Amino acid sequence: MALKIKKDHARFRDIVRGRIKRDLKKYLQKGELIGKKGKELVTIPIPTIDLPHFRFGERSQGGVGQGDGEPGDPLSPADGPGGGRAGQGEGEHLLEVDVSLDELADLLGEELALPRIQPKGKDRIVSTRTRYTGVAPSGPESLRHFKRTYKQALRRQIASGSYNWRRPVIVPVREDRRYRTWKEVPLPETNAVVIYMMDVSGSMGDEQKEIVRIESFWIDTWLRRHYRGLVTRYLIHDAVAREVDRDTFFHTRESGGTMISSAYRLALEIIEADYAPSSWNVYPFHFSDGDNWSADDTRLCVELLRDRILPAVNLFCYGQVESPYGSGQFIKDLEEGVGGRENVALSEIADKEGIHPSIKAFLGTGR
Amino acid sequence: MHRPTALPARLHDLRTRIEGYARACGLDFFDTLFEVLGFDEINMVAAYGGFPNRYPHWRFGMEYERLSKGYEYGLSKIYEMVVNNDPSYAYLLESNMDVDQKLVMAHVFGHVDFFKNNFMFRHTNRKMMDQMANHATRVRRYQDKLGVEPVEDFVDRCLSIENLIDYQSPYVKRRPDRGDEEEAEERKVAQGFKTEREYMREYINPPGFIEAQQKKLDAEAVRKKKVPERPERDVLLFLLEHAPLERWEHDVLSIVRDEAYYFAPQGQTKVMNEGWATYWHSRIMTEKALDASEVVDYADHHSGTLATQPGQLNPYKLGLELWRDIEDRWNKGRFGKEYDECDSFVDRRQWDKKAGLGRQKIFEVRQHCNDVTFIDEFLTPEFVMEQKLFTFGYVEKHQRWEVLEREFRKVKEKLLHTLTNFGQPAIAVEDGNFENKGELLLVHRHDGVDLKLDYARDTLRNVQTLWRRPVNLVSKVDGRGTLFRHDGTEHTSKRHDL
Repeated sequence: MALKIKKDHARFRDIVRGRIKRDLKKYLQKGELIGKKGKELVTIPIPTIDLPHFRFGERSQGGVGQGDGEPGDPLSPADGPGGGRAGQGEGEHLLEVDVSLDELADLLGEELALPRIQPKGKDRIVSTRTRYTGVAPSGPESLRHFKRTYKQALRRQIASGSYNWRRPVIVPVREDRRYRTWKEVPLPETNAVVIYMMDVSGSMGDEQKEIVRIESFWIDTWLRRHYRGLVTRYLIHDAVAREVDRDTFFHTRESGGTMISSAYRLALEIIEADYAPSSWNVYPFHFSDGDNWSADDTRLCVELLRDRILPAVNLFCYGQVESPYGSGQFIKDLEEGVGGRENVALSEIADKEGIHPSIKAFLGTGR
Repeated sequence: MHRPTALPARLHDLRTRIEGYARACGLDFFDTLFEVLGFDEINMVAAYGGFPNRYPHWRFGMEYERLSKGYEYGLSKIYEMVVNNDPSYAYLLESNMDVDQKLVMAHVFGHVDFFKNNFMFRHTNRKMMDQMANHATRVRRYQDKLGVEPVEDFVDRCLSIENLIDYQSPYVKRRPDRGDEEEAEERKVAQGFKTEREYMREYINPPGFIEAQQKKLDAEAVRKKKVPERPERDVLLFLLEHAPLERWEHDVLSIVRDEAYYFAPQGQTKVMNEGWATYWHSRIMTEKALDASEVVDYADHHSGTLATQPGQLNPYKLGLELWRDIEDRWNKGRFGKEYDECDSFVDRRQWDKKAGLGRQKIFEVRQHCNDVTFIDEFLTPEFVMEQKLFTFGYVEKHQRWEVLEREFRKVKEKLLHTLTNFGQPAIAVEDGNFENKGELLLVHRHDGVDLKLDYARDTLRNVQTLWRRPVNLVSKVDGRGTLFRHDGTEHTSKRHDL
């Protein structure tokens, strides 16, 4: 039975998306539920629309609380009023439980309607593993199943009345012997590597990096859901590219110019050295504000991509983050050069709001 | 029609057991129908405020999204829900463990006992289940006829002022009976006191007195011509009676008002009611219903409901502790003149007259109090100290929320303030013909806390669309009297002192 509420829910979603009743949009508040990933917090957006009422201004009101603390001590920011709303339905107990990263990934997928990834070369790259799956009356002696053989012999001796409990000696005969059998199970090889590349030239500010950080967290979460043992590599570049660790990746700020080809060249070296395309699913992600040094370098980038990188990877994603200095030309050049390819995804991210659509553009390809 | 399905045998047995315990404790409740729902259904019913059938409106969808997202992401789940109705309806979540189901049942019987016996609920419609379905049908019919959008927009506007009802009105008589008051058009003349001795008249009714009487009568006459005669707190009622609404609008507004009045007592007894239900589930569970194997799960969930956070008062916790405190005090005879006048700390600490009146007292209190009187009467300095209650507020200088005071008087004052009138500003219709131009005048009785201004302006606009003529609101902003006005196209505000 379809629930009656679905209609109300659909209507609410339409209001949130701004399809109907636009005048309510200004009452839209971005609430969020907070989930945990180890020490990191992840938030799950819960939009609410608060119809205007005559009510007290929050800051002038205050209230009564319970717990430790001396007068003058601050309440922690999360404890401020506004979180607690009195439900009008009598008594809703809310219970807190944990959420796993895998579930988060699934929910992300559901939310953005992401297709499941079809790992490349599912049929081609197959390794086999042997699994012991059963027991048979014949086989090599090295695989004799001692316990089962003993049991069989015991059963036969009891049935035939030759078992003597005073002197319980069990002697198996040829027919009692049991051997392990095995099956060969084909295992699709699903190794994957993500190569994050980020432009750290002077024009990329903290806010831009925050966007990259959030987006790469979600991309990580989603890809890990599909590939056990996901490897991540981090490259930063201004006019030259180098490989760094995760921490440096998100916190470095350089001031040089921008030569994007340097990053692509380094990525290509890494792929060729460590990740043979025949057995790896390779995902290069590149984030930049799109302000490349010269048209020549851009041309070089397109060539590198078209001829060397794209044939070797599952999906190449380029996200252009808007920076205070405006965003550049690079995404247009890429669009021209390699835009039609099925394993290329390009997206422009204006601000934090743009992260969701951008993730959808990247991962919605299902590659 | 909403038909409760039969409980599975196992739950039926549990229910019979728990109901027996509850009755043995002296709880007195309506027949209660439990229904087992899957999480999706329970989220739906919860979004509808406990009713399976409500009129279509997006805000139920919003609530549903919040609840089901919370559930799906594993952050929260609804535990129990019960509807004030005769018979009462309560819902059990299918996937709950037996120990949870027991806890919920015991808790529910506590609530239903409260609904049935507390005076605040005496005027609520006990057939609300049917009434809500009835409302749903009416609103749907208007939507079929006029289109979804206009009806929903109108509902939005009504909801924006649904809190402007008179929370006390079901319990007192606000308006004098209009009987034989044939209003004479001519001016009434003050007669003074009657006397049969003419020579005494001057002494009994000196001229100054007659003059004062005459002034009073004149003022009365002016007031009687005014609509409303006295400030009307039930703004919705005033609009129903005086605003030029179309018939369907009139009906929708009255639906919103009915439902607001139905839910109001639940908001006014939240602390008591939750405390009462929690008190009884903990009694019933720990004294009777709990199996040894369930103790750990029970303790876990029970403590979960009682958890407190510094910036929020947990009504379950506060209520439960207060009930226990009252029971303890009346058991030990810690009340009355003698106890109140005793100022020896040690004596008070050890005070125990073995009065044994606790049980009797709490049953009495659950009948005659609401949250405001409950706190007003039974909050003690000792309790405030033991429970570590404090007031907090926003400190502009430090740009943060801070703990302000722990003093009893301040805590109690603040607590009562947040509970009085549901913690909402007191706003009344002062005049339906303001400045003799058919404008509406609302007055906010300012008690030290300003209105949230952007919201007030938008709400005023919504009132205007119902009233059609310009509407005005008098309030104070930063200590200065201010009049806000919306005339249908724009907002204005100016200084105004009443």
